[in-house]
Parts: sequence; C-alpha cells; structure tokens
Amino acid sequence: MTNAAIEIQGLTKDYPVGFWRKRMCRSLDYLTLRVEEGETFGFLGPNGAGKTTTMKLLMGLIFPTAGTARVRGRSIDDVRMHREIGYMPEQPYFYDYLTARELLEYFARFFGYNAVERRERVRRFLELVGLTTASDVQLRKFSKGMLQRVGIAQAILHDPQVVFLDEPMSGLDPVGRREVRDIILNLKRQGRTVFFSTHILSDAEMLCDRVGVLVGGKLQGVGAPEELVSMEVLGMEILFEVRAGSAPPTSMAERATHAGNRYRIEVAEADLYSALEELRSCEARILSVAPLRPSLEDYFLKLVGREKATRPPIEVSLV
Amino acid sequence: MSTHTLKITSHVRSVTLAVVAVPLLFVAIAALQARIDVLSAPVTQDKEELVLRSASLLKKLSLGYDPLLADIYWTRAVQYYGTRLQNRSGSFQLLAPLLNIAATLDPKLLIVYQFGGIFLSDHPPGGAGRPDLAVELVKRGITANPNEWRLYYDLGFIYYTRLKDYQKASRAFLEGSETPAAPIWMKIMAARVAENGESLETSRFIWAELYDSTKDESVRKTALEHVQGLDAEIALKRLNQVSEVYWKKFGRFPTSMQELRGAGLVEGDLKDPAGYPYAMGPRGIPQLDPHSSVKIESNQRKP
Amino acid sequence: MSTMPAVVAVNTFREAVRDRVLYNLIIFALMMIGGAILVGEISIGVHQMVIVNLGLSAISIFGIIMAIFIGVGLVHKEMEKRTLYSLLAKPIRRWEFLVGKFAGLLLTLVVNTALMTLGLTGALYYVSRTFERSDVAILVAVYFILLELALITALALFFSCFSSPLLSTLYTLGIYVAGVFAPDIKGVGEYTQSPAMAAGARFVYYLLPNFHNFNVIAAAAHGETIPFTLIWHNTLYAALYVILILVAASAVFSGRNLK
Repeated sequence: MTNAAIEIQGLTKDYPVGFWRKRMCRSLDYLTLRVEEGETFGFLGPNGAGKTTTMKLLMGLIFPTAGTARVRGRSIDDVRMHREIGYMPEQPYFYDYLTARELLEYFARFFGYNAVERRERVRRFLELVGLTTASDVQLRKFSKGMLQRVGIAQAILHDPQVVFLDEPMSGLDPVGRREVRDIILNLKRQGRTVFFSTHILSDAEMLCDRVGVLVGGKLQGVGAPEELVSMEVLGMEILFEVRAGSAPPTSMAERATHAGNRYRIEVAEADLYSALEELRSCEARILSVAPLRPSLEDYFLKLVGREKATRPPIEVSLV
Repeated sequence: MSTHTLKITSHVRSVTLAVVAVPLLFVAIAALQARIDVLSAPVTQDKEELVLRSASLLKKLSLGYDPLLADIYWTRAVQYYGTRLQNRSGSFQLLAPLLNIAATLDPKLLIVYQFGGIFLSDHPPGGAGRPDLAVELVKRGITANPNEWRLYYDLGFIYYTRLKDYQKASRAFLEGSETPAAPIWMKIMAARVAENGESLETSRFIWAELYDSTKDESVRKTALEHVQGLDAEIALKRLNQVSEVYWKKFGRFPTSMQELRGAGLVEGDLKDPAGYPYAMGPRGIPQLDPHSSVKIESNQRKP
Repeated sequence: MSTMPAVVAVNTFREAVRDRVLYNLIIFALMMIGGAILVGEISIGVHQMVIVNLGLSAISIFGIIMAIFIGVGLVHKEMEKRTLYSLLAKPIRRWEFLVGKFAGLLLTLVVNTALMTLGLTGALYYVSRTFERSDVAILVAVYFILLELALITALALFFSCFSSPLLSTLYTLGIYVAGVFAPDIKGVGEYTQSPAMAAGARFVYYLLPNFHNFNVIAAAAHGETIPFTLIWHNTLYAALYVILILVAASAVFSGRNLK
C-alpha cells in the first residue's frame, strides 16, 4: 500500500533526429523518481534538460520510449488519472477567441459540475488569480503574465490532488511571482502534491520539500534542499554603511566591495566580533550580518559542471 | 526495459480496432454501394449530369483537360448505350448529346464517330433510330479529320445501310478512297454501289470490314450479327435458286432439304452460321430454323 | 463521460461561429442564390428549375469549401498552437476529442446549410408564390448535400491529424473529385479488355467514397421524388464511411507525439 503521489520508473524518451530520422537523441534517460502525497517537489535543471519532456510524458502528450509512471496509483495511460491532476503547460496557449471566463467554463465542463457550481468555481478562481476585471476580455488581448495566471487557474479549478506546473513563475513580475508562490504555498497547506519545474533556485529553496536536479536528461540528485547543500558555515558576511564623507576602516577597505557608500565584506567566523568592533569605532551603520553557506545554486552549478560562481557585486535591493 | 512486452496502451487499442474494423466496414460499404447502384439507376440515369449540355461551356470549364473529359463522356456514352440496350427501353435520347460532347472535347477521338454512326442510325431496339443525327456526327468528324478514310467509310456505311441512299454512299466511298492510306477496295466499292445499289455481297463486305477493323466491343458484336445474317441470306438466296431448279426438273416444289440432297443438287451440311440447319418453307422457299439466333433483314421486314 | 465529445463539439461550433470568414462565405452564397433569380428571369418557363439548380449547386459548393477550409485545421491548428496541451490534460480521451471536433464542424455546416436553404426557399417563393409537393425533393437534395459534407469533413479531419493544411486540402479535394467521377471509374472497368484493369477499376470504385451517390440536384430540379430506400441506403453509406474514417483517424492520432 503506497501513498506515493507520483511514481516514475525508468521513464525514457528518444527522439529521431537527422535528415533521415535515423539517429536517436535521448532527451530523458531512465528517470526514476518518487514523490509522496502532500510533497512540494521542485524539478530543477538547465534549459533543455528534459523537464518539460518529463511533464509532457506524464500528461500523455507524448509517449515514452520505455518506462512507466503512475500518479495516485493510476497509470499515466489511464484517462481517469486526469481527473485528479492539474497541469499548467510551460507556455500557456489557449483558444484566443474565448474570454478568460469562457475558457475556464469550457475546461470546467470536463469535470461534470452542474451549471451553478461551474459558474461559482470559475468566479472564485478568476478572483484567486486576480483576473476578475479581465474575465470577459478575449484571451488574444491578454499579456503573457495574464495568460500565465489563466494557466494556473485552469490547472487547479477542479481541486486536483496533484498539480503539475511547468515553469509557473516565468514571465511574471515580482508581484506576480509572489502571488504564484502564495498559491503554491496554499496548495501545500491544503495537503496537495505540487510538482513544478523551474530554474529559479531561490523559489525552489523556499517552497520545496524536496528537489530533483535534471541535467542532460539524467537525474543527478534528489533530496531536500538543505540535504543537498552542506550546513557548513564558510564565513560571515557583513553589510554596512559608512557615514557620508568617511571611509571604511583601512583593514577592510581592500577586501570590501561597495556601491556608493554601502559596503560588503566577508570575514572568518572567528573574526566576526573584532570586525564589528572596528566598524563601531568608525561609526559605520551595520545593515546585516549573515552566515555564508553554500547555496543551492552552488550545488546546482557544480552539477552542471561549471565553475563555482563568483560572488556577485553587492546589490542591495529594498524588498 | 519493457521493449518486448506490448503495453496495452490506448494507442494499441485504437490501432487494433482500426485494423479489425476498417476492412469490415469497407466490405459493408462495398455491399451497400452495389445496392445503391441498383436502386439509383432509374433516378440518376435519366437526368444525368447533362445539366451541362452545352459542350462549349464544358470545354471552357474543363481547364485544358479536354481529352480526359472527352474520354469520360465517351465512356459514359458507351455505358449509357449498354444499359439502355439491356433494359430494352428503346429510347437513347442522351446518346447523341453525350457523343457530341465527347467529339467537341476531343475531335480526334475517332471511335466516337464510328460508334455514333452505327448506333445512332440503327433502328430501335438496337439503336436510336436517328440516321440524320448519325450523319451529322460523322460529318463533324470528317471536318475535323479530313484525311481519315475510316470516317468516309462510316459515312458511306450510314447512307448505304440505313438510309439506302446509294448515290450518297458511293460518293462517300469515293471521297474516302482519295485520302492517303485509303485501302484500294474503297474505289471499287464506290463503283459497285453506284452501279448495283444494294446487294447482299456488298453489304456483307461492308459489315465484315467493320468487324475486322474495329476495336470496340459493341461495334464488333453488331457487325458479327450482321455478317452472319447476311451469310445466311446469301445462302438462302442460293438455296432458293436451287429450289427453282428442282421445280423445273420435277414440276413441284421441294418439301425438305433432304429432297434437294437426294436430287444431287446440294451437298454438305446446310447449316446456318449459328449451327441450325436450314429448313424448307412453303412453296419451296428456304428458311431459317425457327430456333436459330441468326437475324436477317428480310425476317424483320415480315409482318 | 460520453459527454466529452459534446463538450468539444459545442466549443468547436463556437469557434467556427466567431470566425469571420464563415460569414463572408454565407453572404456570397446568398448572393449567388439571389443572382439565380435574375438569371432565371431570362429563360422563361424554366425559372424554377434554374433557381433550384444554381441554388443547390451553390449550397453544395460553399458547403464543401467550408468543410475543407475549416476541416483541415481542426486538429492541426490545435497541435500547432498547442492549445491541445491543456485540453488533453483533462479527463478526455483522444478519440473523444476527434469525435467532438467532427461533430462541432458538422453542426456548423448544418446550421449554415439550413440558413442557405432558407434563402433558397425564399427565392423560390418569391418567384412562384406557392409551395409545391415537389419542393420536398429540394429538401432531400439538401439532406444529401449534408451527407456529402459529413464525409468530406471526416476526410479533412483525418488528414488534419498528420499533415499540414495545404496537403490535407489537396488530399481531401483529390479524393472528393475522384469520388465524384466514381461511376466513370466503374465504367472504365466495364469497358476495358484487360481483366487486371477491370479488377483494379472495380476495386478502386468500391474503395473510394462515392460522392456521385449524393448528387440528386438534377432530380430535385425536376421535382422528382427520391425513393425512401435510396435515402436510407445513402444515409447508412455515409454513416458507415464516416465511422470508418474516424476509426482510422483515432488510430493515427492516439499514437501521435505532440511537439
């Protein structure tokens, strides 16, 4: 008796390439993965790694060369499986001659609601994604961000137990992204399983119980974000501001990076308090003190095989 | 992994259904079609797509595929004739228009003129009984193909066989004999027809020539019938002469072929082209066996 | 569950209705029918026959144009535009989708044909000021046109599953034209000397959808009644053939990997 929401076994997809379509290009290589009920799972990977291919295979849009998969115990070949899942494709394309409301009503019809229920649901979910005012505008007039929201709405309006989102944050402004994050968190709170792909690692870190990293069609690592990166503290980071006209303490001047009169410096954990003392003596204003740990991004990049990223220049954004 | 076991996916199910159902459905459809053909014969046959009777309009519409359309109309004409013949309906109203359309679309389709020449002029139930239309059609053919000796022959045929106009027939044969590649006998025929008018031997020659040279099945069939009929007539004529000799000799008419044989006046089988023995009729006039399938003109002239 | 095709059908109908091209075609067809009144004026005595002939031909031609024009994009467009992605994630089987698209377009054609027939009846009434029993033949002819359109739609849909709109149009048109000349193909088989040709022609004759069956326009123009058995047989013929094509389309589409 398993309560795996998603069970993928050796899923493989080959595409014929070349002029005569004789050579095979393997876009997914024996993916084996298991996602439990209620988990929020992040599917990470660079572009072209095979994330969308995986989703399309699970949705039955394309067919596997080998392997099987089950969602909530039902094979992906079983049409009944689709009652319990929601799917938001990577680039949402919908019937542009319909309005948002009409589209959602159309899709809602596939789930057997009566007219009253349908209308109510559509209204509720249009509100949830913030499209109430645009609900009677034809989709061909929608911006990408608005289409993205329609995409989410149509994926969840039938209260599916497992939700598949392919790059849900892409094309959204920060406000939009936060709204999507909130929706995902809400789904999580409702005990639903969320499987989403992204290449925004900070989102993954924040939202996911576990992540899987797909590179070149192969699953490279699976686990909770904090499991994948070590807890080792590499040092402390201090952000400070000097008074107008002054300069930072000489011992720090070379090692610090700055923008305007905002400075950033890394010190060894043992040197933290002496450094703070120095800053206090020149009346610098301490903005933040934080431990340096390897991030998911480091792990990610290491997997992808590139060199460790250099720390980016100081970018203090007011959030 | 699971490449050897066939997963019963929905795709596999669909394909299996298709492989089983499609041939079965095709068989059912074919059977239905056969039934429909039978049912719709009376409805569609008469009011054929002769909605477009105007041949010139058709020519414009055919976008340059005239010869192809001509073949189609020619085929239809043959079919039309064949079905009408079978039904013994006796009316061949659409035959002339169909043939004319074919001729307009492809004036060089010679078989159209020959076919029309024979079957438009033949009297019902074998043909439309319109020798005038036949002449018109063949003359069109001659205008379009002035060096085809065959067409003059076809024209002469109509005048000789159907219209009994031996002058015009002779003239047609003569004109034809002057075209390149015309056979030598055409001139002789012209002369003979002009002199003697109708004769069994000439008629037989004309029909036999048709039989030998045509490629069309219907034409061959009718030509053969006529040749056999004429052979029978010639034989009967000769037998009649023998009968008279017998009368002169014995003072009475012979009552059977045996008597003629007994008198040593004939020998051999005395069978008609269909294989039936000739019989002796009243007053010593030889006749065909009543069961014989051979048709002769004089038979048809009898009331 | 069996209402899935209906859901898709209604939406397909809605899409067609919102497509402006359709209205242009209908208006053009009605203009043709109106023009028929003028043309008929010229040839006295056959006024009605000309109107019926022209009118029914117009309805048939425009119906065919619509059926092919929309039909070849039915599946192809959804695959190209990827609207199928979100649709097929719903609990709908691929064949249900196909049947729904077919039914939706057919519904559109029925509505359009009905409108045009109304126009034709109006034109006839304008000319003759009375309805006759023989006018029933016109309705039968329209019904036959609809059967024809159903077949063409199914064909266009089938090709739409795997080939581009241009090629699908060519294939569908090709089969239609061949089907119109079906009896001539049969004639070739009967006329030819070679038994191989004869067998081949007969085989092709029974294989092709015989569109000639449905052409009773001339009979309708003469006000002839068409026997019920023929109507029934033709309906069955069209139904079986449509089922055949949809089964084949389902087999093709159910294994197709969407890009």
